[in-house]
Parts: sequence; C-alpha cells; structure tokens
Amino acid sequence: MSASLLLVQLLNGLQYGVLLFLLAAGLTLVFGIMSFVNLAHGSLYMVGAYAAALTYGATGSFALAVLAAMGAALFVGLLLELTIVSRLYRRDHLDHVLATFGLVMFFNELVRLVWGPQPLFVQVPEVLAGTVQLFGFNYPSYRFAIIAVGLLVAVGSYWLIHKTRLGMLIRAGAQNPQLVGALGVNIGLLNAMLFGVGAMLAGLAGAMAGPLLSVQSGMGEPVLITTLVVIVIGGIGSVNGALYAALIVGVVDTLGRVLLPLVLRQVAERSVADAAGPALASMLVYLLMAVVLALRPQGLFPARRGR
Amino acid sequence: MNRSNTLRATALAAALVTSAVATQAATIGLMAPLSGPQALVGQDQVDGFMLAVEQLGGKLGGQAATILKEDDQLKPEVGQQIVRKLIDKDKVDAIVGLSFSNVLMGSLPRLAESGVVAIATNAGPSPIAGAQCKANIFSMAWQNDGAAEAMGKFAQDRGIKRVYLMAPNYQAGKDMLAGFKRFYKGEVVDEVYTQVNQPDYSAEIAQLQSAKPDAVFVFYPGGMGINFVKQMSQAGLGGKLPLYSVFTVDGTTLPSLGDTAAGAISAAMYDASLDTPENRKFVTAFEAKYKRTPSLYAAAGFDAANVLDLGLRKAGGDPKKLAAGVKAAGGEFKSVRGPFQFGKNNMPVQNYYAFETVRAGGKVATKQIGTPLAAHADSYAALCKLP
Repeated sequence: MSASLLLVQLLNGLQYGVLLFLLAAGLTLVFGIMSFVNLAHGSLYMVGAYAAALTYGATGSFALAVLAAMGAALFVGLLLELTIVSRLYRRDHLDHVLATFGLVMFFNELVRLVWGPQPLFVQVPEVLAGTVQLFGFNYPSYRFAIIAVGLLVAVGSYWLIHKTRLGMLIRAGAQNPQLVGALGVNIGLLNAMLFGVGAMLAGLAGAMAGPLLSVQSGMGEPVLITTLVVIVIGGIGSVNGALYAALIVGVVDTLGRVLLPLVLRQVAERSVADAAGPALASMLVYLLMAVVLALRPQGLFPARRGR
Repeated sequence: MNRSNTLRATALAAALVTSAVATQAATIGLMAPLSGPQALVGQDQVDGFMLAVEQLGGKLGGQAATILKEDDQLKPEVGQQIVRKLIDKDKVDAIVGLSFSNVLMGSLPRLAESGVVAIATNAGPSPIAGAQCKANIFSMAWQNDGAAEAMGKFAQDRGIKRVYLMAPNYQAGKDMLAGFKRFYKGEVVDEVYTQVNQPDYSAEIAQLQSAKPDAVFVFYPGGMGINFVKQMSQAGLGGKLPLYSVFTVDGTTLPSLGDTAAGAISAAMYDASLDTPENRKFVTAFEAKYKRTPSLYAAAGFDAANVLDLGLRKAGGDPKKLAAGVKAAGGEFKSVRGPFQFGKNNMPVQNYYAFETVRAGGKVATKQIGTPLAAHADSYAALCKLP
C-alpha cells in the first residue's frame, strides 16, 4: 500500500473517530458523573438525524437542520431526564439498562410508526458536495467538515470543563457528588444540564452523519456499541479520554479493516484470508478494549477521582 | 368388491367430503421481517400479497382467506417458532414469505416434515435449490445467485476488462460474488468482504479508488446499500466508475438514494419500470393503495398470492394435491415480471433484466437496458432429486 493511500486511510480513521467522539463525550459524562448507564443515547442520535433530515428537506438549509437537530435532541433529552431518568439515578445499573433499553425499543418503533421503515434521504449540502484532491485521491469535502465540527466541539468542551464555573462543578461532581450537593449546589439541575448537553451532542452527531448514512429506525444501536467501547477505553467520565479513545478506535478500526485482510493474505490462503480478515477486523476494537480492561481497568485516560 | 370394502369406500368418500367442507376457508400464514432494518423489504412482500388478495375479493382459490401475519424479526429462531405455531396450532394450508435465506433454512426441517406448502418470496438458497430440494417448498422470488449471474453476464457482454467485487462477509455475500464470477470471465482486480451492517465505507472506497478498476460490482442490501452508494458518489466516483449491483439499488432504496444512484446498473427479475400489461396494472393498483412504487419484493408477494390462488383451485380442497397444484400454477398464471415457471427444483425459471438508474426531470427513475439472462434456470437444479 502506498504512503498516500495510508494517509487517506488515517484521515478516514480520524473522521470516524471524531464522529464517535461527539457521541462519546455526552455518554461518558452521564456515565461518569451520574453513574447512569444510558443505552438510549443512540436514540438521541437518531432523533437528531431525523430532525435534521426533516428540517433540511423542508427548508433546504443545512445550518438550520443542524440547529434543529441539536434543539430536538436537547428537548427530548431534557424531557427524558425530567420524566424518567432522574427517577432512576439512585437505582442500580441493571435498572438503568432495563429502562433505557425499553426506551430504545420505544423510540425505534415510534419512528417506524410515524415515518415508516423507509430510510429518509439527506443530501450533502451544496457547498460541501465536492471533493478535494489529496495525494491523488478524491476526498469528500463533507468529511473534512465533520472533522472540523468534531475538533471544534472538542476544543469547546475543553474550554467548558476547564475554564468555566459550570465545568468546575462538573469536575467536582465527577469526584464527589455528595460533597458538591452538601456545598449547596443544585446537583439535580446540574445533572439535568449535563444530560441535556450530552443529548445535544448526540443530536449534532446524528445531523452530521445524516448525509453519509441511511437515516432510519434503529440507526443508533450499532454506533452506540462502538461508543461504549470508546468510553471504556478512554476511562469513564473523562471527556479528554473520550476524545483520545475515539480517535484511537476510529484509526484502529479503519486501518484494521484495510490492512488485516492484506496481511492475512501473506500468511494464509486467499479464500481463508478473505473470510477471516473482515471477521477479525470487526473484533479488533473489542480486543483492544479487552486488553485495556485487563491492563488498565480504569481506562487509558481516566478522570482523576478523589481518593 | 365385497360389502365391507364398499362401506369403507363410502366412509372414505364421506370423510373426504367433510374435510373439503372443513377447508372451505383457506388459512394462510404470511411471515416476513416486519421490524428492524429490513422491515421495508418485509412490508413490501406483505403489501404485495395483500393487494392480490384484495383484488381476488378477499378469497384464495375461491375460499374466504384468513391471512395470519407474523414478524420473524429476521431471526432464525423466531422464524422457526412461528413456522411451528402456524403448522401445529393454526393448521394453515400454506405459508408464504419465509423471510431471508437464513430464516428459511432454520425453518426447513419442520416445513419438510409437515409437507405444508411453503412459498418463499425473498429467498432461494442453494441447498434448497440443490440436494435438499423439497416437493412442497417453492421460491417465488429467485434462486439467490440469479441476479448476480445476470450482472456477471452483462459485464462480460459489455466487454468490461477489470472488475472490483465487494459484498458483506456472510453466506449471501459470498454466493453473490460466486454467481457473478460464474458468468464473468474478465480480470477480478480484488474481492473485498466487509462487515455485515457496516455503516461507513470510506476506507474501502479509498482502496477502490487506488485500484482503478473499469467497474465495481457490489451486493449491499438495504441500509448498507444506501450508505455505500451515497458515500461512493460523495467520493466523486458517481458516474465516473461504473457501478454494477444486485439488491442494492432497488425499489426500496431508490427513494433514499435519489440523485446519488444516477448511472447505477442493477440486475433483477423485476422492476416497476418493466413494460408488460400485467405489470402496468399492478403498479397502478399498488401506487393507488400504498402511495409508493412497488419493489421486486412487492412483486414477489403479489405473484405468490396469485400462484397460491390458482394452486388452491387446482387442488380442489385436497391439501395433498396443493404442492402439485402450485407447481402447475407457476407455469400458467400471468406474472408481473414476464415469463415464469417453476423448475424441477421448485425454483423460478425466469428472465433476469438489467436496469439503469437515470435522471428524468429532476427525479431519478429506472429504465430497462437489457435482458442478460432469459428464462434462466439455476445451476443447482441438477443436484435436485425431485422428478
């Protein structure tokens, strides 16, 4: 494989990682700070994708579509927090999983009832529809836009968490929520805000993924599983960890898909390599997770906890 | 003939009459994936079937028809339970639909043992087409390799020199690429298998670009196809690198693909644009009822109901004669896809057409551009021991 192709594949990995980060950032905060397992995070991603697809179809403005996606996901997220999630914080993880898994099925069926099983069509916005010449390859401009948005969110969340009062409370809450509550901070409100921000980012990810992927019922689940892998590798509760882990998972997955079959062809018969390559590649991120869990159960970049 | 024999014959005749009375109503099980990512494919089969039943006045074979709709969720174990329930509890006269190949194969033992007529509207796996063929199991859709074979023949006839092949890494994906290669004799640049339900193909598309083939052949059903075709078009390959596909750009995915599918060529046994009198009537009726264009899956469901209707008439209320009735009906009824009959392995012998997706007045539409394989029987029939 040529060096230029390798660079393009690295870029692909980066772009995939950035998209994963948008989902992982919200999930890891909710998981780490409220100790709440939210399987319905993928549904919020779907809500964002649908809101963006419908708004884009109606208005023709992609900027409006992205705003609508974030707004819709924020609204649904807050609604969930108020009506269901806030009642579950004190219960154990199994109850969280049961309740949010129920929500996943509810949302998938709701979407199917309202918009049918037919995936929605989302076009790439006109300005980003072209390609960029890169080392002799045509690289879609839209994927650069995803990378830009993802990095912007990464910088924004760094600023939010490390430079603002809200961020300070979030960090404090991650370390010792009882003490933060005892100091007179409305921890309920903080939780709701955090949940809302996570939902909003999931909605943003859904909106950005819309033009690339098919927008349909159940689209959130496959990506949610990879996102869970990301937050486990990164260290639960750590946004920085989520960013690094998302990029690692993105690159490992992309390069694994491309390189493993090629490598296997060197050592095994062609037909065996063709079958085993993709199968092994699909396991690669889980293997990585298993290794991380065995060697560093707290994750590679854990949030510092009070001891 | 002595007396006791006469009595026995009379009793037997009476029993036959009562059983004929008892089956005055036809009960049909209709199983398809109605939830999950492939729900659209299942819904089309159900809608096509129900449209035909409605056109027949709610009757099949002249008897009031009760249709029991079941969702197999595309899970073999669920499908198996449903098939058992339909046969043992509901005592159905026939089962239609039967979902994807993996679900059909899971239900095969019970179906074979029971002798209940089964008409698959979405699958024709090679084992059933070959050594494991059964007198009571039919495919109204295709033998799985058929469309891919047609696409291979088409690429060969067009004189394409170097082709790049891609499919998901499971049995059907391998079957499709094998089917393509059975009729394509040019150079295969590379054969790439991707993960099932993989959402993003950026890495594979970069590899594809660097290989610089004359054309790419893919099998990406459902959402996978939408993702792949869109992403290929976004990478600037749409219209530049000829895209040949099966079960990827079809009636179910085209509305979600829109412009990005322009120029794509696919092979299938049916498309709504086929110009036959039966099909024009079917498309008009389907669009009037469901407000969308029927896909090949809808056509298979529609045809299955009509074959079953004629088959039930031929059997005249005798469940044992239904399989033979359905087989004969296959060659007699008017399919919306053009010429049709069941081969000796109960798989379709039919035309496989090539369709091109073209821009037409701001929208995309399909256009028939050839018939690479006419009255095509599959290559497994020789292994089938049925008479």
